[in-house]
Amino acid sequence: MSATQIIFWFLSALALVSALMVLFSKNPVHSVLWLIAVFFAISGHYILLNAQFLAIVNLIVYAGAIMVLFLFVIMLMNLNKDMESQKNLWMKLAGTISGGCLLMILVSLVRQSPEIAGKIAEVKTGDIGLIGNLGKVLFNEYVVPFEISSVLFLSAMIGAIVIGKKD
Amino acid sequence: MPIQYYIILSLALFCIGIVGVLVRRNVIIVFMCIELMLNAVNLLLVAFSKMHHAIAVVNDKASAAGTDAQLFVFFIMVVAAAEVSVGLAIIVMMYRNTHSVDVNFLNRLKN
Repeated sequence: MSATQIIFWFLSALALVSALMVLFSKNPVHSVLWLIAVFFAISGHYILLNAQFLAIVNLIVYAGAIMVLFLFVIMLMNLNKDMESQKNLWMKLAGTISGGCLLMILVSLVRQSPEIAGKIAEVKTGDIGLIGNLGKVLFNEYVVPFEISSVLFLSAMIGAIVIGKKD
Repeated sequence: MPIQYYIILSLALFCIGIVGVLVRRNVIIVFMCIELMLNAVNLLLVAFSKMHHAIAVVNDKASAAGTDAQLFVFFIMVVAAAEVSVGLAIIVMMYRNTHSVDVNFLNRLKN
């Protein structure tokens, strides 16, 4: 087993276990911290796939900005203690079973699909994920969506202020 | 790495997110599970972009196939950041009005 494979399995296990802990944690603050662990694992996957720009953006935007916003809101509402009323057991069971069925069907579909059999995602090589290459394409072909996204941010900012304002 | 491994990992993360949306009642945790699903999709897009690059680079050494997918991931992150700011503002407003973060109280919208 090569080092790449060991890193892949380690990061996958870390992502799955942390994602499950997000579900099972009673305390919302612990859920946020486990979700940050998931994001670190996914960033590790990006680095393994040589998509370094996305790895750094994922860490800065998701683990840095969005999760701090979540923590901030949870602590603002003082939800540290467990006050979640539980759904009844049958609803939980139905949710878990339907999610598990979806996973089972999709996995069996993937395993017998001939189109992707034997295809390899290249790891550690290829320079399409480097920032120079992505920046050239972003500012040549995707300038208009990029500028529109700045308008989207402006409207989101104004929307958040208007919604959150005490009337 | 075979692409199936990445697909199955992403599917597992996505389904964990779906189960979280279905079984939890805390609206913040539901929101975090939606973020988890978005990240599973991002991981899958990056893996597919590297798969297409690996196929294209056999014929053409300087091929840039797969760059678009990584830019799509970038735009998904941009939209997710905007979505989170508005969503958390709605949650704060909801908490201010009802002093609860239970999703069930939203069923009063139907009256």
